[in-house]
Amino acid sequence: MIKNRDTRLTIWLLVPVVLVLVAYVLYPSLRTFIESLQKDGAISLGNYQDFFVQESKTNLEALWNSVYISILSVLVSALIGIPLAFIFNRYDFPGRSFFSSAAILPIVLPSLVGVMAFMFLYGESGLIPNAIKDLFGLDKVPFKIGGISGILIVHAYTMYVYFYMTVSAAINKIDPSLEEAAYNLGANKFKVFWKVTFPLLTPAIVAASLLVFMISMASFSAPFLLAGGYRVLSLQIYFSKINGDMEIAATQSVILSIVSISFLLFMRWYQNRKDYRMASKGIGAHRSEVENPFMKWVMVVTGIIGVIILLLPHFTILLLSLVPDGTWTFQTYPSVFNVENYRLLFQDPNIFKPLRNSLLMAIIATLANLVFGVIASYVLVKRKFVGKSFVDILVMIPWALPATVIGMNLIFAFNEPSVFSFGQILVGTFWILPLAYFIRHIPLVVRSTNAVLEQLDDSIEEAARNLGAKWFYTFRKVILPIIMPGVLSGTLLAFIESVGEFPTSVLLYTISNRPISIEIMNQLRMFNMGQAAAYGMIQIALIVIVLFISNKFFGIKAEKAL
Amino acid sequence: MASIKIENVQKAFGKTIAVDHLNLDIKEGEFFTFLGPSGCGKTTTLRMIAGFYYPTKGIVRFSGKDMTRVPPEKRNTGMVFQNYALFPHMTVFENVAFGLRVRKVSSSDLKRRVLDALQKVRLESYSDRQVSQLSGGQQQRVALARALVIEPEILLLDEPLSNLDAKLRDEMRVEILRLQRDYKITTIYVTHDQAEALSMSDRIAVFNYGVCHQVGTPEEIYNQPANDFVASFIGEINLLPVQVENVQKENLVVSLKNVEQPVRFHVQNKTGEGGPILQTDNNLAISIRPEAIRILDVAEEGMNVFRGKINSVQFFGSVVNVIVDVQSVSLRVDVFNTHEFGYFYQGKEVYVQLPEKQLRLIPVISGGAP
Ligand SMILES: Nc1ncnc2c1ncn2[C@@H]1O[C@H](COP(=O)(O)OP(=O)(O)OP(=O)(O)O)[C@@H](O)[C@H]1O
Ligand SMILES: [Mg+2]
Repeated sequence: MIKNRDTRLTIWLLVPVVLVLVAYVLYPSLRTFIESLQKDGAISLGNYQDFFVQESKTNLEALWNSVYISILSVLVSALIGIPLAFIFNRYDFPGRSFFSSAAILPIVLPSLVGVMAFMFLYGESGLIPNAIKDLFGLDKVPFKIGGISGILIVHAYTMYVYFYMTVSAAINKIDPSLEEAAYNLGANKFKVFWKVTFPLLTPAIVAASLLVFMISMASFSAPFLLAGGYRVLSLQIYFSKINGDMEIAATQSVILSIVSISFLLFMRWYQNRKDYRMASKGIGAHRSEVENPFMKWVMVVTGIIGVIILLLPHFTILLLSLVPDGTWTFQTYPSVFNVENYRLLFQDPNIFKPLRNSLLMAIIATLANLVFGVIASYVLVKRKFVGKSFVDILVMIPWALPATVIGMNLIFAFNEPSVFSFGQILVGTFWILPLAYFIRHIPLVVRSTNAVLEQLDDSIEEAARNLGAKWFYTFRKVILPIIMPGVLSGTLLAFIESVGEFPTSVLLYTISNRPISIEIMNQLRMFNMGQAAAYGMIQIALIVIVLFISNKFFGIKAEKAL
Repeated sequence: MASIKIENVQKAFGKTIAVDHLNLDIKEGEFFTFLGPSGCGKTTTLRMIAGFYYPTKGIVRFSGKDMTRVPPEKRNTGMVFQNYALFPHMTVFENVAFGLRVRKVSSSDLKRRVLDALQKVRLESYSDRQVSQLSGGQQQRVALARALVIEPEILLLDEPLSNLDAKLRDEMRVEILRLQRDYKITTIYVTHDQAEALSMSDRIAVFNYGVCHQVGTPEEIYNQPANDFVASFIGEINLLPVQVENVQKENLVVSLKNVEQPVRFHVQNKTGEGGPILQTDNNLAISIRPEAIRILDVAEEGMNVFRGKINSVQFFGSVVNVIVDVQSVSLRVDVFNTHEFGYFYQGKEVYVQLPEKQLRLIPVISGGAP
């Protein structure tokens, strides 16, 4: 029996949420799993046997490489991010606050565009190695990135930010009096750091490590452009699919998913564990002024150099986008600069179309994310029902699954008619990409909405109902307006990520709905660097606009939104 | 205006029973207070009246009408939340206007009524402020105006003053009473502050562990507590476990439990009070307020006069608190600060009198001697 109106409402809201999650998250994953059990028309574990005992060992090697790169990425990112967090949060010197906001710049670079910039900067014919060669009159370029070193450098560039942000937050939460108490008890600086400060930061460091590990396992763009012959699992899935070895692709996807999801579960467990964080009153970050003038200037100069290094990729993209195609072939450096690429972008329908496609598909996906995210989050945060943690996990799965796996899941689920696609085959149509973008960003939007809804006291909703407002009126006039800023900042982020989304696009695009990222790839193949860079600049501009809007109108710091 | 009747209500959250066997009869226009320690079920009861919880058992009636399962938005109650629950994205005016907009009041009427309500809480000049720019006391008054402007049948206040500092509490107490009288509205006020309850209420219901122990006027609650919980929760009291020795028509003789030499008290046998207790319960105590005990220099004629020795003296300003040991029992006595300095001192031999009229025989429900 339905007990009362509130229970009925919960059910009305919950049913569509669960349906969407089952149809587009659970069902496709199961389809992939079933596909991985198909071998020569029979059901068996043969594919898994092949994966682990295959003679050429390519798969096992790819898995090992993925793990290896991920571990290295964690180490390198930690080595950059943690010291930076300390320097910017514990010391005061001229320009500190500027440098500390600049430290999150790498996030403001879509992965594919970022990788492209690194290729042009530090690759075989890269600007930096060649500049050094010419400057010092060397015969050969002194260094170049590619293969494992290339992937690692790109990972370090983008992923140290996670360490930087989580550790910064943790440092600011440490009650200064704890350290002062230790000094007071006679401990020296070294002891205080290792016995007091570091243990307090461990949870943050572990969390960031797990996150970076997961992200590197899933990383696709960097290996795609830089790996050369180096095999990693996310890329192998793509190759298997291209070669038509669908069962193998499914098996690889399942194995990669298992690694990722175990990390997700481990992380949830770790974060829910009781730890010794304490709430103390009147915590304020305390920064010591750098007194020594020499050290002060060393820090400022290092900061400036750091910012230049961080911004170089952005500048490179800008620079390249101004080089018309065909004017930079055999020369070491480009010589002609104009806005030809941008003119073409907006005048040549063929070149404009991918931009239009990307924007259109991203808008569709993001609107769906907005509606779904608000409803799902409201039900999860404000309503009671059995099976909540199950729904919670379903929501988080797309976050743990590597994009490549999500793409494969969709292929297996919707390359034939199904109830969830209203009897249509979605693969090969326009709709498969917006769907993929939507699924990818479910966790982002739900989580950012959860954050604001959790802040919203239940009594606000009750007050409105007490004054006579029905639920829907309350929702429209009270709840939505209050949470909108937070929701929009998450949603806008989903939008820009959808515009630049590469891994699922490369698995699912068709000629007519090809998005920007695919066109960048095509232009690179045709050595039209300028045009590719112009697409990249459009994305960078979009991101800048979005961050600006978030900051200005919703008062939300870029760091928070990320 | 409406009367409220709560009939045999129980509310269970899973296995915890937050409220049980509750019967209340709140009259029209009454200022009724729920008083009790934290977690005793006050908020739960209030929320059942507002409609945010439905009772597990029992009936809630407004003016005779069964409201048990009516959703909150159809009850026409005005609630003031402990944290005010003002809508943060609206101005003061919009907050107050919300309930009227829901009721589709015409815009000229709406404006007049909102400004009128704001004037009543003395905030007319703040109507365009964002609520975040108000002080705690001002937010409190916006919440009151918002609840009152819809002319609710019942005003519900859940510890509305607990977030304010002492001085502001006093001011707001007066303000709330004034508004309640102005609007002549049936009001339920939740608090765990006994001073607040005693000074404001027409009647008080005292709760503990989900059970209502006594309903009565402040005087009744204070002077004639129904049992040892009510007695000791409100104000200071001396509770002495006793057994009955002798029952007469007008008088009872009781003696202290657990003492070496018998100490006997004479207590008035009030009809309807002592009677049933004597038959059903042998776990009894006598209670007397500290200010009711008299300290004498020499033994006087009369009932219940005992010799004792001053154990300690504490000075509280207008009142001096003297602990007098009579055999193995300590009695707390409050006397006005009218004696010369040094009149009471530790070790002084005195007599105490426990006037018969002020002694009450009550059942002990909390288990174990207090
Ligand atoms: N939604 C709920 N779910 C489960 N238990 C609840 C819920 N609301 C209240 N309780 C329990 O019911 C009992 C009574 O709670 P209630 O909030 O009514 O107390 P209260 O008298 O208002 O206390 P306080 O003075 O602390 O506000 C408590 O034991 C509480 O833990
Ligand atoms: Mg309460």
